[in-house]
Amino acid sequence: MSNKNNIQSLFPILKSSVNNNKLVYLDNAATTQKPNSVIAEINKFYLKENSNIHRGVHHLSQVATKKYENSRLVTQNFINARHSHEIIFTKGTTDSINLLASSFGQLLKKGDEIIISEMEHHSNMVPWQMCCERSGAKLKIIPCNKIGELDLDMFNQLISNKTKIVSVTHISNSLGTINPIRKIIEISHQKNVQVIIDGAQAAAHVKLDMQKLDADFYCFSAHKLYGPTGVGVLYGKENLLNLLPPYQGGGEMIKDVSLLKTTYADLPHKFEAGTPNIAGVIAFKKSLDFITETGLGNIKTHEDKLLDYATEKLNSIKGLKIIGTSSDKSAIISFIIQDIHHYDLGLLLDKMGVAIRTGHHCTQPIMKKFKISGTSRISFAYYNTIEEIDHLILAINKAIKMLS
Amino acid sequence: MNMSISEIEHEIIEEFGVFENWVDKYDYLIDLGKSIPKINPIYKTDENTISGCQSQVWLHAKCENSVIVFTADSDAIMTKGIVALLIRVLSNQKPEKILDAKLDFIAKIGLEEQLSQTRATGLSSMIKQMKIYAFAFKEKL
Ligand SMILES: Cc1ncc(COP(=O)(O)O)c(C=O)c1O
Repeated sequence: MSNKNNIQSLFPILKSSVNNNKLVYLDNAATTQKPNSVIAEINKFYLKENSNIHRGVHHLSQVATKKYENSRLVTQNFINARHSHEIIFTKGTTDSINLLASSFGQLLKKGDEIIISEMEHHSNMVPWQMCCERSGAKLKIIPCNKIGELDLDMFNQLISNKTKIVSVTHISNSLGTINPIRKIIEISHQKNVQVIIDGAQAAAHVKLDMQKLDADFYCFSAHKLYGPTGVGVLYGKENLLNLLPPYQGGGEMIKDVSLLKTTYADLPHKFEAGTPNIAGVIAFKKSLDFITETGLGNIKTHEDKLLDYATEKLNSIKGLKIIGTSSDKSAIISFIIQDIHHYDLGLLLDKMGVAIRTGHHCTQPIMKKFKISGTSRISFAYYNTIEEIDHLILAINKAIKMLS
Repeated sequence: MNMSISEIEHEIIEEFGVFENWVDKYDYLIDLGKSIPKINPIYKTDENTISGCQSQVWLHAKCENSVIVFTADSDAIMTKGIVALLIRVLSNQKPEKILDAKLDFIAKIGLEEQLSQTRATGLSSMIKQMKIYAFAFKEKL
């Protein structure tokens, strides 16, 4: 465990105390904490490097542009994309999906169909509902079973020659299920349908290889990978990104503007209108470095250990029921406790220094499916420890005692 | 004669003054939540729901002998505890007194965080709704 303490020491916020207890941060699916290296890089940018990118001939602009573009290369390597211009920087997963829904929307027409799943985050649901409203396309939903797994038989029935897009989450943020996306991509490609993967909950936890996976688009957020908020990634295959019309108009995304007609810049700039979160993108490299140096294999091994340990401990609590019990799960556990409202539990745990998430986790349809108003959710990152889980279990038991 | 709003607030502040730690305070709040007079189930309608993202509150109001009688409920016990306090302070009071109430006892007993936006419990909307009832009944009286 001393090794783990060393990891915690890289994340200054983990030393905080909350209500006179050492913080136990178990809300990593919402956002992860940031290591010193990321914080220092943001600081350094504003202290020494701040300037706009891709525009100035002056020294600072050159430095900033180089570092910004270097982040793109590092991101490309991180997910093994074929080209660096297949990496579009956005504001986050939500922004990436909205970009796709908006640009694709212009190519869709009445009669076309889009398939998503029942366990999608609102971010991968609402943009498609809006897209359907605008284009006249129809939304089809892959249901999931009682333990929180997608029903692939139903998917096979839903997909047809009307289907234009399949957009599903890699890992469910409320159930923890790791979806069989490779299979989904394979089935879709047999029907010539393009697949978008919402990787918000995956990129920090499982090794990604775009060339092997063959997803057409893959979206994730830096802030869930120990990186800054306000930075996201949209990966897309070069030929498909070239086909899509631009999302927003503005500076940077143009090649030539006259009053009546504009020709668009090449990838990736076509999709990066306006001044981006330069400091954030630059610091994002440091968080990718952290993950790469730690090794996603090590991260997965450690998080799986936490998942197994916590699952066992939680299951031994009377009246507690885990929602989402697929055999293939990421380090996210949603649960309910008989006769105890998740809000009350979250409040008491907070008093004991334990940060968890309570509510519907922006996945209201799946909550309705399980006939609950919400859950308590714990989610791990690499810096969490077995001791913290022990503390959590003690705290839950104390809360249950107080509440019953 | 009924106690005034500020007298009740003062009484509550004194009650909470004896707690030396959060556990005792929250235990008390939980007890209050359990002892809240039951809202008549027929009033637990969508119309009377004040929704928050985390927990929701049902609030019913009627005017009797020129005072307003509130009953309420919540699905979360901690929210219910605070709802009980608010009812103790504001129920059976005259509309104009309810409109004037500042309710700073909540901060004084260290529970202002319960009203914050992020808690999304519907409590702050509940206070607003109680005042709206007071305003409406005042116009009618
Ligand atoms: C599965 C999933 N998709 C999308 C999002 C949205 O991410 P962001 O808020 O960073 O855009 C989240 C974040 O909670 C998520 O868990």
